Amino acid sequence: MNDIIENIKTKGMQKFIALGALIVLYIAFSVFGTNFFTVDTLVSIFDASYYIGFLAIGVTFVIITGGIDLSIGTVMMCSAIVGGTLYNNAGLPLWLCLIIIILVGGIFGLGNGIMVSRLKLPPFIATLGTMMVASGVGSIVSNVQSTTFPMRSAADGWYKDIFRTADNFPTGIFVLIAFTVVAVILLNKTVIGRYTFAIGSNKEATRLSGVNVQKWETVVYVLSGLFAGLAGIAYAATYTTILPGAGQGFELQAIAGVVVGGTSLSGGVGSIIGTFIGVFIMSVLKIGLPYVDLQPHYQTLITGIVVIGAVLLDIYRSKKEKSVKQKS
Amino acid sequence: MQTPILKMQHITKEFTGVKALKDANLDLYAGEVHALVGENGAGKSTLMKILTGIHQKNGGTIEFMGKPLHLKSPKEAQDMGIIIVHQELNMMNHLSVAENIFIGREEKKLGFWLDDKSINQKTAELFQKLGISISPTETIGNLTVGKQQMVEIAKAISYHAKIIIFDEPTAALTETEINELFCMIADLKKKGVGMIYISHRMDEIERITDRVTVMRDGEYIGTVNTKDTTKDEIINMMVGRVIYEDPKTQSTVSDDAETVLQVNNLTMYPHVKNASFSLKKGEILGFAGLMGAGRTELARAIFGADKPDSGTVFIHGKRAEISSPMDAVANGIGYLSEDRKRYGVAVDLSVSENSVMPSLKKFSSLGFVNSAAIHKVSSEYCEKLKTKTPSVHQLVRNLSGGNQQKVVIAKWLIQNSEILIFDEPTRGIDVGAKSEIYTLMNELAQMGKSIIMISSELTEVLRMSDRIIVMCEGRITGELDIKDANQEEIMKLATKRESAG
Repeated sequence: MNDIIENIKTKGMQKFIALGALIVLYIAFSVFGTNFFTVDTLVSIFDASYYIGFLAIGVTFVIITGGIDLSIGTVMMCSAIVGGTLYNNAGLPLWLCLIIIILVGGIFGLGNGIMVSRLKLPPFIATLGTMMVASGVGSIVSNVQSTTFPMRSAADGWYKDIFRTADNFPTGIFVLIAFTVVAVILLNKTVIGRYTFAIGSNKEATRLSGVNVQKWETVVYVLSGLFAGLAGIAYAATYTTILPGAGQGFELQAIAGVVVGGTSLSGGVGSIIGTFIGVFIMSVLKIGLPYVDLQPHYQTLITGIVVIGAVLLDIYRSKKEKSVKQKS
Repeated sequence: MQTPILKMQHITKEFTGVKALKDANLDLYAGEVHALVGENGAGKSTLMKILTGIHQKNGGTIEFMGKPLHLKSPKEAQDMGIIIVHQELNMMNHLSVAENIFIGREEKKLGFWLDDKSINQKTAELFQKLGISISPTETIGNLTVGKQQMVEIAKAISYHAKIIIFDEPTAALTETEINELFCMIADLKKKGVGMIYISHRMDEIERITDRVTVMRDGEYIGTVNTKDTTKDEIINMMVGRVIYEDPKTQSTVSDDAETVLQVNNLTMYPHVKNASFSLKKGEILGFAGLMGAGRTELARAIFGADKPDSGTVFIHGKRAEISSPMDAVANGIGYLSEDRKRYGVAVDLSVSENSVMPSLKKFSSLGFVNSAAIHKVSSEYCEKLKTKTPSVHQLVRNLSGGNQQKVVIAKWLIQNSEILIFDEPTRGIDVGAKSEIYTLMNELAQMGKSIIMISSELTEVLRMSDRIIVMCEGRITGELDIKDANQEEIMKLATKRESAG
């Protein structure tokens, strides 16, 4: 028991601050917003959390290694466009197209991984490039037309049930929770996770310990890409129509969620549960603000402030850690 | 004794034109603690990096356990049982103790599933054997430096090390921690592990090592049995190079010269402890000491680059509150960093832009810079300092080290600084340009500028200084007038530790 309390004190502080903030936000909107506290609103909060949630979980791994992946937003859209085009034009079965969507995301991730780990490009630049490449590829593949996935009433409408049933039951939340659990296990119980933290904590020391840093760094970017593909499926299921050239900005919403959830942009520290909570904070803000008569542009403004606040908290915390260590 | 487990012979290593190792030798027996000593830059670290596969040798032979050894990577060395405990600890601070020890060798189920229970248990067993009381699940970053080092040594042992290299292991340890470390070393000795012990601390070398190998300027000087030698003999071997620069014999500062800078009880824990000194007009005050003695930190604190914990600074007898480099510059202090490319010049700007960097205000009005005036003044100083550059528009990147240094000097002269702090003024500068910088510094002193010169080269300190202050582990351990100073005396003060004092 004491261990648990100690653990909360040392590791989970920001997670609990984040969880507290999420609850306070939800209650505040329920009290001050008209009609916020309804099942419909809750479902739309969930809907807004699926694709951002997948993006955020994937990019959490990258951020813990001390890197960044800016390409996830457009990679998500591009994968969905590729899958949708194959379904509409090539007549492939839908289940195969959904798998392809995930794989396309993985391929973009592999590209990022090779550029960062082998060609030594700074992650910011490499993934910024991929961001534009993915956006371009999406437009080329779709011939600058919007790609439409089958409607719920269509023969292949079953895939929509993965995220929401016909009578509005949010099955997606269970899917998101399932993948969150998978990610938690990957990060904390497997070799991938161990090396993710090790690289973010001290890359050179990890290399000198005989770890194949290049390989594991690549794996982490591939993972981020695969999750972007997964986000593509979630986006298609929720919104049906994908516009070419879209997707920019979603990566920042996802990264904002990660940072708010307590993952440090300087690497070595982070948690998937924190990211999960962070994503919901962002979604509650996004859906809730209109209920208190603040229009979407206010949401952008407030999101920005929240992110700056979270990063400041991170810097302040690591500074404090350092000074404590020096004195001891 | 038996045959050595390690034999390194005639090792050479060159880094882009600089010969770091000319002819280095070292042999090591099982169960031996072998000290490797030498001044800063003698090539000890390079030799050890070759032994651990971080660098590759250009020439010479290494024999390990009777077989020739060709290492291509640190991993290979590790697998052979050659492990280094780095001076700057190489740990993943956010990971736990056990995770650090088993990094790269995790216990796995099904190929990727971590079995942390098993590594925690193995770590606990290992610690029990070694008599260490640290929890395997503790985060490394929360441990003291001493404890972290023990973990690193335990990690080395867990590789079934045959050779362990300690690079200045006691630099950051307390007295108790040092004793614990020595107990561990004694244990390892019994187990037949060969150890190479790099240290500047003579008392430790006398206490725990069997033999001492001395290196100087990348060359092997000799190996002696510790019990047959004396501290003075080792120091002599370390510094005994032919002195090709004439040392200064007499201070050129008159006794009644004004004191321009007075520093009282400056402390910036743990780097600088209670340092007090004064600097006179026209004086060159040398700061000698080994790496990590706190000289640069002291300079940075005076310059306002880092914030000291306590202490006062007086300039021309008046209390000066310096809390930023801006304040220092306003008080007439200029700092010439040891790392010129990072902190001294902006390499992608031109000579003239660099020259007026601190004094741009003087050359601008209403925010507009007066290019003509800048061109004039920077040309003038290029001429004065004999800076070799095709024009003042040349990018500093394209100048040689010596000429870059001149640009930095010009920068502070244009700003009209009275106190110049030279941190390793000739590092990375070739011999010819060196003497030019020396001449320049002497001229500056004659002009009435006061100079603090931090240098790790004893010959340089003895050649330039009017007075020498020696630091060791953050404390000022002595002050020598140039006429009483020699290499041996400085070396003694530079290794004068608090407890041994």
